Amino acid sequence: MVAELGHFALIVAALIAVVQAVVPMIGAHKRWYGWMELAVPAASAQFFLTLISFGALTWAFVTSDFSVQLVVTNSHSAKPMLYKITGVWGNHEGSMLLWVLILALFGAMAAWFGGNLPPQLKARALSVQALIAVAFFAFIIFTSNPFLRTAMPPMDGQDLNPLLQDPGLAFHPPFLYLGYVGLSMSFSFAVAALIEGRVDAAWARWVRPWTLAAWVFLTIGIALGSWWAYYELGWGGFWFWDPVENASFMPWLIAAALLHSAIVVEKRESLKSWTILLAILAFGFSLIGAFIVRSGIITSVHAFANDPTRGVYLLGITAFFMGGALTLFAARAGAMEAKGVFSTVSRESALVLNNILLSVSALVVFFGTIWPLVAEMAFDRKLSVGAPFFNMAFTPFMVALAMVLPIGAMMPWKRGRFDRVMRPLWGVMALSVALGALVWTLQTGKSALAPVGVALAAWLVLGAGADLWQRARAGHVPARESLRRLVRLPRADWGKSIAHAGLGITMFGVATLMAWEVEDIRVAREGDTFEVGNYAITFDRVEEVQGPNYLSTMGFFTARRDGEAVATLTPEKRIYPVAGMPTTEAAIHQSLARDLYVVIGDPQDGGGYAVRTYIKPFANWIWLGSIIMAIGGFFSLSDRRYRVAAGARKATSANGAVPAE
Amino acid sequence: MKRLVLILMLLASPVLAVQPDEVLDDPALEERARDISAELRCLVCRNESIDESNAELARDLRLLVRERLVAGDSNAEVIDYVVDRYGEYVLLNPRATGANILLYAAGPAMLLVALGIGGVYLRRRRQATESPAEALSEDERTRLEEIMKS
Repeated sequence: MVAELGHFALIVAALIAVVQAVVPMIGAHKRWYGWMELAVPAASAQFFLTLISFGALTWAFVTSDFSVQLVVTNSHSAKPMLYKITGVWGNHEGSMLLWVLILALFGAMAAWFGGNLPPQLKARALSVQALIAVAFFAFIIFTSNPFLRTAMPPMDGQDLNPLLQDPGLAFHPPFLYLGYVGLSMSFSFAVAALIEGRVDAAWARWVRPWTLAAWVFLTIGIALGSWWAYYELGWGGFWFWDPVENASFMPWLIAAALLHSAIVVEKRESLKSWTILLAILAFGFSLIGAFIVRSGIITSVHAFANDPTRGVYLLGITAFFMGGALTLFAARAGAMEAKGVFSTVSRESALVLNNILLSVSALVVFFGTIWPLVAEMAFDRKLSVGAPFFNMAFTPFMVALAMVLPIGAMMPWKRGRFDRVMRPLWGVMALSVALGALVWTLQTGKSALAPVGVALAAWLVLGAGADLWQRARAGHVPARESLRRLVRLPRADWGKSIAHAGLGITMFGVATLMAWEVEDIRVAREGDTFEVGNYAITFDRVEEVQGPNYLSTMGFFTARRDGEAVATLTPEKRIYPVAGMPTTEAAIHQSLARDLYVVIGDPQDGGGYAVRTYIKPFANWIWLGSIIMAIGGFFSLSDRRYRVAAGARKATSANGAVPAE
Repeated sequence: MKRLVLILMLLASPVLAVQPDEVLDDPALEERARDISAELRCLVCRNESIDESNAELARDLRLLVRERLVAGDSNAEVIDYVVDRYGEYVLLNPRATGANILLYAAGPAMLLVALGIGGVYLRRRRQATESPAEALSEDERTRLEEIMKS
């Protein structure tokens, strides 16, 4: 009964979305305010009905209702409650339902908090948002119904893929979807602005928070996925340039470019048509990502519900929205006249360079991802494009970006002078290069990766500090005054410095981990002690342990440094009998300076076990930096100018809803 | 429990990537083997290098790479040897020949084009004259009045 209720709510939500896609659009065209206003209750109703539908599916998973096919194939009664719930989106159908739930949520948020938007822009944006929802509702209802019953309910389910039974991966998809789908809001605003034929500072001020929120969620989602791969897949890789990873990385890069170009529109009324194009492309890459993940057209480690009909449908959705939006763009972009005038040395130019580097790097990733497909279809060559290619083709863009970033970040708007901008930065640059040189001399006979990485990271972090230092006029005014200035600095400025420093920290982690990792592979018997780097590792014993829905072979290791025990490590090999899948659970002793990473393998013929030990220097800095980037984004999101806009609306409208942030 | 044990025995246990018995005694040679392994694709896997893969075939390839290295091949010769037998599909870093030149040229070419367009745009913005602020439309004026009244 509950499943049918969920199915019914989903269909009604779809019908409401159809109405929301049509009526406000006509209303905006004819200037019928009643018709435009319909968008608000429709968006709310659409969201609540989708929520009921999602709740119904969650209920089926929580109560282990094995008359629902999806629960049978993805759950098991003995599974811990957390994974019963996360199992809802650990499969194609349920994850699509989560996708439309978030889509409806973003639409509803724009409806609730969009009181100070021009009514026509708001009606059109909500109508475009509903049109996207219609496409995905139809996709779920016609090709991927999660509520299908099974004729003969089995006694128990087939369990969720054990790799997915993990806190890191459990929350990776919701964040990723918040990001992907959040970009739909920027897309809807861009299309609405194109229909309207005008883009101004107010438009940019509206689009930016949505993009920023989407980017923050994407950052967290990608970091979670990478962290999960690091500790779960058993050798501590954190990024594989897999097509599905690239599918999340491309929208991230484009969203990062969009964030920066929207600032130019907001402050200087330039780069308008380019910003619109980026808003369209950012969501376009999200759609392409969904297509790549769910069609199975490009082989990836993320095997995920590969079905040709679904692939064709998703390709259709992508083609429709991209084709439509880009056609509209071609027809209307000419009307977006830039206003601002600026010299070649200016913040505007720096942001143009930022956009060039970010978007070309995204295109490079895109090209590499689809190249095997192109080569096979057009040139009849079956080939692979993997990590070595991407590392080589992508890294230079990030190096260039990091090199210009601190300079661009301190450049004044309109017209700057290079020597003045560089004045506080020369010291930072000297220090960064010195640090790089120090690293170069300390490490013997290794690649330039670590020194360059360290120098760039220092340049970014110290550069961000120099920016704040200068904003506080430290050294020119008394310390107390500097502090006051610093506290009073707009949150957006704090956000900028924090996020840029976060990028530096991530770069540091990536470069040092890749350059200095120590690996040890051996056969070890219980009682053996072996040296890895500065550590002496003792293999104490092996135990068989029974988990809630798995069996585990657990090794006990003690790591000592200079005779002193620093950590007890218990790597496991688990077997999930229901799903029929073994997994390796690495034991990681974490610290800021290094991770000790131990994996236990199979028992060997001559006795003992295969044991792999890694010392991974500064590994945690990768995700620490990502989280700092996200925190920077949140700071920027809470900036006064977005809150003031919401507050102003409260004063003018009668209904007194809560402000946006 | 007995049934469980039986099921467990039936499960093919995966072997982890590089195994202790594969590792060569000469560390320099082993390091070269690892470098080469990272460039070669595990043919039965989805987008994994043989260095990372747990598959049986990946292990065979790793052993083959080491055999060739011990026999005195250079890195390039080893890779050629593998490509001759398994085709260019095995390379994770495709060779810049024929159509693949497009793949390699795409990045720099796109960057040059983008820089060119950006340069032209910047020049235009520099030479443009500040346009006067747009007058309010009828709609905006009424809305402004509304706001001012309340």
